Amino acid sequence: MGRLTEYQVIGRHLPSEANPAPKLYRMRIFAPNTVVAKSRFWYFLMKLRKVKKANGEIVSLNVIHEKRPMKVKNFGIWIRYDSRSGTHNMYKEYREMSRTDAVEALYQDMAARHRSRFRSIHILKVVELEKTDDVKRPYIKQLLTKDLKFPLPHRVSKAAGTKIFVGKRPSTFY
Amino acid sequence: MGDAEIKASSWRLVEVGRIVLIHGGDAAGKLATIVEIIDHKRALIDGPATDTKIAVPRQSIALAQLILTPLVLDKLPRGARTGVVKAQWEKAGIEAKWQESAWAKKRSQKEKRRALTDFERFKVMRLKKQANFQVKTSLAKLKAAAK
Repeated sequence: MGRLTEYQVIGRHLPSEANPAPKLYRMRIFAPNTVVAKSRFWYFLMKLRKVKKANGEIVSLNVIHEKRPMKVKNFGIWIRYDSRSGTHNMYKEYREMSRTDAVEALYQDMAARHRSRFRSIHILKVVELEKTDDVKRPYIKQLLTKDLKFPLPHRVSKAAGTKIFVGKRPSTFY
Repeated sequence: MGDAEIKASSWRLVEVGRIVLIHGGDAAGKLATIVEIIDHKRALIDGPATDTKIAVPRQSIALAQLILTPLVLDKLPRGARTGVVKAQWEKAGIEAKWQESAWAKKRSQKEKRRALTDFERFKVMRLKKQANFQVKTSLAKLKAAAK
């Protein structure tokens, strides 16, 4: 179980006499829990439509589970990200076993490369790339070569660091 | 000029079908095979042993937690499901091959030695001494006969 879960949140404006059946809005949201998921739903809906938490309601909220969590897939993710100097759109690719894993990897990657926080990233779209031709980024393309194989040429075992003085140099070859 | 002999390095490769020994985590010491390479640091593994005690459920695992063995399932297709992996695993007789290998024997011996009590260790020491004495005496006899 990872850090994030994918939720489907459906909400709407409160019904009024003028509009007894307001439009429903549905979002797929990646959040650590339902509380954050609902909060993010209102955050995004306020940006898009004239609905806020005070005059709206959540109709339903449920978890979206990965259909095949034991299969390795390639994901393309479109994001909007606020850096220290401006806003950027980005497209990134990840090779993971589930949509949530891919989004988790994205947040870690963005934090590492751009020092960005959860709050400064909007996930616009997460798509599974079913055809290898659809993969654009070289860092994922190189993993899709036929009969991929590689050695692990230099491995430092964890046991090597436990003792300060040993009689033998650690072997990194195997 | 002497001829320089160039040999291809014989690395054990991370590849689909490679049998790996897991160290670290809850499946430590068990065998599995690489079903698919996820990226440079992770692989999808599956250990379909018939004995449920040493079976490893299909999972993604860091390569840092694996040790590559010389065994390979040659014809395993990429991303094969557990049934296919199991069939090939049994056909290749992986567990028997592993048990025969010096590496597995050494491991089991180490484990056995670690579990010994102080008195049992003493017995091992005595038996070793006796065995060494036998070897030495027979060698001395042979040497005397050769002269």
